[in-house]
Amino acid sequence: MGRLTRILAAMAIVVLGVTACGTSNAASGKIGGTVHILGTWTGVEKDAFDAVMKPFTDQTGVKISFEATRDLDAILQTKVAAGNPPDVTGAPGIGTLIKLVHQGKIPTLEDKLDVSALNANYGADWINLGKIDGKLYTLYAWAALKGLVWYDPKAFAAKNYQVPKTWDDLMTLQDKIKSDGGKPWCVALESEAASGWPGSDWVKEIVLSQAGGDVYDKWWQGKQKWTSPEIKSAWTTWGKVLGPDDSNVYGGKQYMVATKFGDGGQGLFTSPPKCYMFNQGSFITGFFDAYTPKPAAGTDYAAFPLPDVSSANAGAHVVGGDAFVMTKDTPQARALLKYLATADAQDIWVKRGGGKIAINKKVPLSDYPDPIAKSLAQVVVDTKIARYDAGDLMPSDMRDAYWSGILKFVQNQGQLDAILADLDKKQATAYAGS
Amino acid sequence: MDGVTPLITRLPALEVDWQTLLTVNLPVLLLVIIGVPLALAAYIVGAELLVKRLPKRAQPSVRPWIWVGPAIFFVAVILVYPMVGTVWTSLLDRNGTSFVGLGNFTRLLTDGGILIVLRNNVLWLILYPGLVLLFGLLMAVLSDRVKYEKPIKSLIFMPMAISFVAMAVIWQFVYYYRPSDVPQTGILNAILVNIFHGQPQTWIQDTRFNNFALIFIGVWGATGFAMVILSAALKGIPGELLEAARVDGANELTVFRRIILPLMMPTIVVVGTTMVIFALKAFDVVYVMTAGNYNTDILARRMYAELYKAGNHANASALAVILLLAVVPVLIFNLRQFRAVESRR
Repeated sequence: MGRLTRILAAMAIVVLGVTACGTSNAASGKIGGTVHILGTWTGVEKDAFDAVMKPFTDQTGVKISFEATRDLDAILQTKVAAGNPPDVTGAPGIGTLIKLVHQGKIPTLEDKLDVSALNANYGADWINLGKIDGKLYTLYAWAALKGLVWYDPKAFAAKNYQVPKTWDDLMTLQDKIKSDGGKPWCVALESEAASGWPGSDWVKEIVLSQAGGDVYDKWWQGKQKWTSPEIKSAWTTWGKVLGPDDSNVYGGKQYMVATKFGDGGQGLFTSPPKCYMFNQGSFITGFFDAYTPKPAAGTDYAAFPLPDVSSANAGAHVVGGDAFVMTKDTPQARALLKYLATADAQDIWVKRGGGKIAINKKVPLSDYPDPIAKSLAQVVVDTKIARYDAGDLMPSDMRDAYWSGILKFVQNQGQLDAILADLDKKQATAYAGS
Repeated sequence: MDGVTPLITRLPALEVDWQTLLTVNLPVLLLVIIGVPLALAAYIVGAELLVKRLPKRAQPSVRPWIWVGPAIFFVAVILVYPMVGTVWTSLLDRNGTSFVGLGNFTRLLTDGGILIVLRNNVLWLILYPGLVLLFGLLMAVLSDRVKYEKPIKSLIFMPMAISFVAMAVIWQFVYYYRPSDVPQTGILNAILVNIFHGQPQTWIQDTRFNNFALIFIGVWGATGFAMVILSAALKGIPGELLEAARVDGANELTVFRRIILPLMMPTIVVVGTTMVIFALKAFDVVYVMTAGNYNTDILARRMYAELYKAGNHANASALAVILLLAVVPVLIFNLRQFRAVESRR
């Protein structure tokens, strides 16, 4: 027996020694350890995220363990239900986060972040966007603008088209393009399990600009019926953009539903152009960069914000961004969220391009890589009514039904009343669980 | 995007967390490797000792239960308990608090959208096993007559080795759509436009043929499986029987119809019912290709949407129960046939 005790004691010493090695980081002022992050980024976006994380790991010694999924809602809910949540989640929509907050599964950030620093560096709108039921739960590290109309300035100059300043100008322009024998728009809705979302962007931008922020808020909160005149009017207004039987769109309904959203802009750069305008968020430049030949920002493409549909809501823009949330309270997760709010972190994103606009006011405009990015950053600064993507705020089954409704609408605009009635039915049940 | 960067440099460096490895992972591994066999051995030896103390006559009736005991335990925990739980959940409201009887079922079945889902499931149920059997049988019988049977069968069996998701990606290229004013890159539209001078079609989105396009992907994937099993059955038919028929003057078609087909029937039925079960479980192809849009939704994907998107466990469980009820008769039939085939060997 004496010998066994000695062996056990020796083993214990080995184990203790290993433990000591593991915690020795603390002595040098570093936190050490690992932070598990769940996000949706792959490819270029993941490279950008890695670049942002590098200084963080260098400073704090916290290693990054990253898991990517395009089905974040399902994976996150499963992980949380299994009691195995990631430390930090970067969610492209907060519908699921709202659900989890109501279930008490997500800790608030109120007492974990330096709120006074946040107030100094962030616009009030952006902090409010991170609140759920009046408490801070999520943090935005970069913004993307939705509702941007991309065009080729050379093609516009060749036909003497002017950038429209008002909604009426836009309608006149699209008639003029048609009478010249061209197609005004490219629209691409294919996105695998998320097909339809680019069209839902159109509708929500029109809702915000036409009916205003209050209707918009009631709408995503499930208190404004889809069949109400305000929401229906947004759909019919979009229908006028598409034209009767989608005749304003290159390739018509077939092209719209079968083309990947990222490829939708290719028609702008052919000769002669297949279409003259393409509505998509600021992130789309990342996809433009992958086209062959690669179009150049400023000379081959530029963007103007979708004109105000109603002057009463001038300067209204739908904005987006990944919502960072602490799904598990660890020292490493707190340190990471603090870091993401800094100008240093956001500056890395801004300088890499890809349409990401810093929210921290300390990031200088001169750091944006090209004139377009700079002008978009200016649009964000000038925005008077900012709202987060309504689809991403809705419960995910409501959002999926919204996307499916878009696909049905472009195939037959005459079905609108039936589509909206179906969405009302979904609205009646979708909010019950959140 | 940056296609020139070699893949290998993009892989993250393997970082080993020695502390967790030595203090957590290793002890757990040792516990499992040593502990599990030890526990099983202790169970068997201990139970045997207990049985030995019983009266001699009772021993034979008790002993089998000791050996099937662990199996029954695991089946109960992993299969029966979740199944009963699912049935129970399907009778509760979505918060799982109050009993609503068959309310979830009536609400699901009276929803207008479900009719299309059910119609699609019926399409899958008929076309998927039917076409798999047809092509599988055709390939088995035809390849049986040629010298290069093995390479042919290997090629046809190959899709079986890849996942449904990978299949869907491959078929996205086949069905790829581009407008008629640019060259077609999807093979189906290229054939349609260049050889038949037709208009390119959106095979996956057009409600006239998208369900068939999706089912065909599944058929392509499973034909090899059916072929291999049917081919084995075909080779099991005694050569003298066929020879005797031919000597009696029967032509090839009669031989096939009157001798080969009846003798293969039990195998065909087993493969067919297995395919019916596959058809009921179909999910991946629809999820990847259309997400249930354009009238292609099926029960299994709908169940996924209810569970993970809507977080509605009641509806999801009700759909699971509907699927279960549809599968059970096929399962029983399949088991009976399987036993019949086995007993004939």
